[in-house]
Amino acid sequence: MLAYLIRRLFAAAVMLVVIILVVFCIFFLVPKWAGVDIALNFVGKQADPAAVEGVREKLGLGDPVLVQAWEFFKGIFAGRTYAAGGDVTQCAAPCFGYSFKTEQSVWPVLTERFPVTLALALGAAVLWLIFGVAAGVLSALKRGTLWDRGAMVVALAGVSLPIYFTGLLSLAIFSYGLGWIDGEFVPLEDSFSGWFGGMILPWITLAFLYAAMYARITRATMLEILGEDYIRTARAKGLKEQVVISKHAMRSTLTPLLTMLGMDLGALMGGAILTETTFSLPGLGQKVLDAIQNHDLPFILGVVLITSLAVLIANLVVDVLYAVIDPRVRLA
Amino acid sequence: MTELSKSGAAVGEPTATSPAPTAFLEVRDLKVHFPTDDGLVKSVDGLSFQLEKGKTLGIVGESGSGKSVTSLGIMGLHTAGQYGKRKAQISGEIWLDGTELLSADPDHVRKLRGREMAMIFQDPLSALHPYYTIGQQIVEAYRIHHKVDKKTAKRRAVEMLDRVGIPQPDKRVDSYPHEFSGGMRQRAMIAMSLVNNPELLIADEPTTALDVTVQAQILDLIRDLQKEFGSAVIIITHDLGVVAELADDLLVMYGGRCVERGPAEKVFYEPRHPYTWGLLGSMPRLDRDQQERLIPVKGSPPSLINLPSGCAFNPRCPYADVPKDDVTRTVRPELTEVGSKHWAACHMSQEQRERIWTEEIAPKL
Amino acid sequence: MSDQAEDKAVTIPAQTSGTTLTKDAAPGDTLLKVTGLQKHFPIKKGLLQRQVGAVRAVDGIDFEVRAGETLGVVGESGCGKSTMGRLITRLLEPTAGKVEFQGKDITHLGVGGMRPLRRDVQMIFQDPYSSLNPRHTIGTIVSAPFKLQGVEPEGGVKKEVQRLLSVVGLNPEHYNRYPHEFSGGQRQRIGIARALALNPKLVVADEPVSALDVSIQAQVVNLLDDLQSELGLTYVIIAHDLSVVRHVSDRIAVMYLGKIMELADRDLLYKSPMHPYTKALMSAVPIPDPARKAAKSERILLKGDVPSPIAPPSGCRFHTRCWKATQICATTEPPLKELRPGQQVACHHPENFEDQAPQDVVLLSAAKEAAELVSEEALAESAATSAAVAAEVEGTEAGSAETKSAETKSAETESAETESAETKSAKAGSAEAESTESESTESESTESESTESESTEAAEGETEGEAAEGEAAEGAASDGDQPSAGSGDEPAAEEEPPAKGK
Repeated sequence: MLAYLIRRLFAAAVMLVVIILVVFCIFFLVPKWAGVDIALNFVGKQADPAAVEGVREKLGLGDPVLVQAWEFFKGIFAGRTYAAGGDVTQCAAPCFGYSFKTEQSVWPVLTERFPVTLALALGAAVLWLIFGVAAGVLSALKRGTLWDRGAMVVALAGVSLPIYFTGLLSLAIFSYGLGWIDGEFVPLEDSFSGWFGGMILPWITLAFLYAAMYARITRATMLEILGEDYIRTARAKGLKEQVVISKHAMRSTLTPLLTMLGMDLGALMGGAILTETTFSLPGLGQKVLDAIQNHDLPFILGVVLITSLAVLIANLVVDVLYAVIDPRVRLA
Repeated sequence: MTELSKSGAAVGEPTATSPAPTAFLEVRDLKVHFPTDDGLVKSVDGLSFQLEKGKTLGIVGESGSGKSVTSLGIMGLHTAGQYGKRKAQISGEIWLDGTELLSADPDHVRKLRGREMAMIFQDPLSALHPYYTIGQQIVEAYRIHHKVDKKTAKRRAVEMLDRVGIPQPDKRVDSYPHEFSGGMRQRAMIAMSLVNNPELLIADEPTTALDVTVQAQILDLIRDLQKEFGSAVIIITHDLGVVAELADDLLVMYGGRCVERGPAEKVFYEPRHPYTWGLLGSMPRLDRDQQERLIPVKGSPPSLINLPSGCAFNPRCPYADVPKDDVTRTVRPELTEVGSKHWAACHMSQEQRERIWTEEIAPKL
Repeated sequence: MSDQAEDKAVTIPAQTSGTTLTKDAAPGDTLLKVTGLQKHFPIKKGLLQRQVGAVRAVDGIDFEVRAGETLGVVGESGCGKSTMGRLITRLLEPTAGKVEFQGKDITHLGVGGMRPLRRDVQMIFQDPYSSLNPRHTIGTIVSAPFKLQGVEPEGGVKKEVQRLLSVVGLNPEHYNRYPHEFSGGQRQRIGIARALALNPKLVVADEPVSALDVSIQAQVVNLLDDLQSELGLTYVIIAHDLSVVRHVSDRIAVMYLGKIMELADRDLLYKSPMHPYTKALMSAVPIPDPARKAAKSERILLKGDVPSPIAPPSGCRFHTRCWKATQICATTEPPLKELRPGQQVACHHPENFEDQAPQDVVLLSAAKEAAELVSEEALAESAATSAAVAAEVEGTEAGSAETKSAETKSAETESAETESAETKSAKAGSAEAESTESESTESESTESESTESESTEAAEGETEGEAAEGEAAEGAASDGDQPSAGSGDEPAAEEEPPAKGK
């Protein structure tokens, strides 16, 4: 088990380095190859050539590619110094550079915004796992009944309806219509109940999409597992049906769900951006949208890296959980 | 045999009125039907037999003959865990040690499962849960029926593993099924099913997934354990060699019905049903001189939704025209006694069958 | 039979126009020759996929298939028989060795090079459900070989396919049906029809009947039989069922852990198997005769499981489970030798024959455990037959060394115990060796511990202790004179020197 964990950690570290390099290529080399001058982008369109040259020197854009890559890489882990003549800027680790648009360092913005997105994602994940899996299991056990069909229709709706629709709908109903929830975001530091109240609708909205998907997968997996020989064996032992389901069938049903969860946490970003925009949450979402519109490469880059890291960690956790659940994985 | 036809006529009526039998296990007119989109699949359609403690009954038949469905029916596994609308329709009576199982409280039957009656399945790899250790699974089986702590149960598990011939049982008890070889898995499966000393052991194709040398080991083990525990054993297989090794009585199934039943020696040496002849003629035998040709049964097994009318075997039977008046195609033959404790369901007369067997079939085997 | 083959060659134009490769082999000629064939599947591990070992599925086998015959290949799962089938049909690339078809080396032919050969070598697969594409009609499936090979049979493809369908006993009208409309037996017939389409010379059938019901099995077995006599086909039939293999084969190869243990004419093999493994394998087959229930003692139970093909045992691969294994078995691999006309065996101490390594008589302790599982009757019978062979040999051959060795053999097997070198010369009678001798040599017999530990290591540890299963009733007699567990710990004075007689 320990060897497995070390192996996975090592693989994750290698993966992280690869991601950084790929990101570097995309954001620094691709524009260069495409003939776009990053320095020009940084300074602005009507800049005088001297300023552009200064920026180029400061960002080290004239250096050989390998040096640039190394500087970039070093910046993330050890910080870097931008220097052009007397103009020296110290960028502490982790350094993702400066936003083209605001000329702010990227990292503080990320650290400020990322927790909101993370809270949104994790909260939604917990919600969709609980409700999706529960609905799926119930549907499987009541296959063919009205409940099953109803749940599957709702699930279909969840999968097909866009987030901005369900989000606005829930806002309209619960916040404006019924007035149960005050849709405003309140930072966690200020008030837990206020924060919770502000997050609940976004959570539900984001979770709805995934819960629907998970319900369908759970149902299908559960039905398949219930037909397995070892479930029959469990019954033949004289186990109560509840135990057969909760102990023997559930554990097997969890494994494909875990695999999905690992992948979905990565793909969650798109949904999170939409949700944050819909509910005006101060997460990464709106910032990312802005950054894309403004070609704010350093910021996008920072977001990509931090989300990649999140996905890597999520996958690591999933892999470890997988090994805990399925002993066969430990040997492989 | 009249008794059987009577109970056959009483299908659908409450069966609780019939008296408890004296045999340890008695199955009366068991029917297991599955509704499907294509129609009603009559997997078992009126099966009766008895089994005493310490005896072994072999149920032989091809795929789709209803032999496995019968065993699951006795265990009550068709009703347990049936989700959704399409439930199996089961009728008849199953008397185990004086209790009728089909009309009994399902929770009572559940408590009998694993304690009074246990089962060994064909493929031990898929029949054991891949995520739990062998020990955990045996401990679970033991603790369902015995209120003991985990330590005691684990000691019991080690003891059982040792008994079924697993080397270093105290270490292997913590292994997962995938770490065992096929033969070892089946041993573990046997250990698990015997952990509560069941009175009835049902082995459904216990050696089909195993190699022949391992099969020999397992058959030996089952035989020894039966001697030791004195349980009644039902062994279900398509391999006549396997039943010949173990069974005292034999029941040959075809199309969900019993076509011949009797002591193993009788069924092997004086079979009285053309299907049994076909089975015997189909298999090449190591204990005889090289046969020139095998004598196969023509055609394929029937669909259980549309069984041929009359005798289900008639389209494949080379002697279907021996009885007069097309009776084989119109009337379903009942089991009739053809010898001491030996029944067969065939329209041909005793004499005709005796003659065909001794003159036409036996010499060619 | 050759006439028939030629007749067919005329009726099927595909054949006459397509024999570009070589001429037809006459019956009895070598059609396929395999020398030193190996297939190792590498096991890769870690991020860099380093090769950490190999599954030695087929590990050096030699045999030939003669035109018109059926070679049966038997063995337990994991013995490499299916891999062998895929190697000789070149569905797999051999790791080493040579495959010659009609004298032509086809070992490393590429896809293009194999193309003309695909016409002559066809394969029938085990599972008739997964080997037919469910979306294609029977007509498409059976006519695929014509299209792939670009052959236009006389009278058109459809007519030819319908003829093939009727040859294998299917209704030609079913040309347009789909596989799911057929039963298992019928599907297997479709597979056979497809294999026969181009009138092949060699048909390799991998477990052709094991997925079928008993009554259907017999139909297919008979069909294969008929087709062979009608079309002059040559078969290699791979199966685990010994009774089916006996029924269909002329010669039989017994495989164990990637090696051929015994290759013999059918009747020789079944009447007097020489390899202990063959003997154990055959005795394990359940006989459909309730009277034999009491005769369980004839059975030779092998202990434990087949060792892993990743690290097969040293020397003879069977020595970890063999009740006759001696030191030489653990160290030296016995070659596959023709000991009797038509019977090749790879064993140092064959059954039913004179001992090949008479000087080496100290049983491995693993063998002693194994012997506990073998009944007295079986051992006695083995001794008696060996003695008979010995007497025969004595009569025909004058060499005294040979005689001695044969006697040693008989005495040794009789008591399931070992015997020292000095007692050999003391004896004259063939079957008179009594257990008194074995007692007197008890001390020597336990001296082989060093080689034994090595052998059990190879056996994955699982086999150790398996002997517990040995029946008390059966083993009682032999248990009496076996205080081996205790005496085994005593420091062995000296390894018995292998006394070279010749």
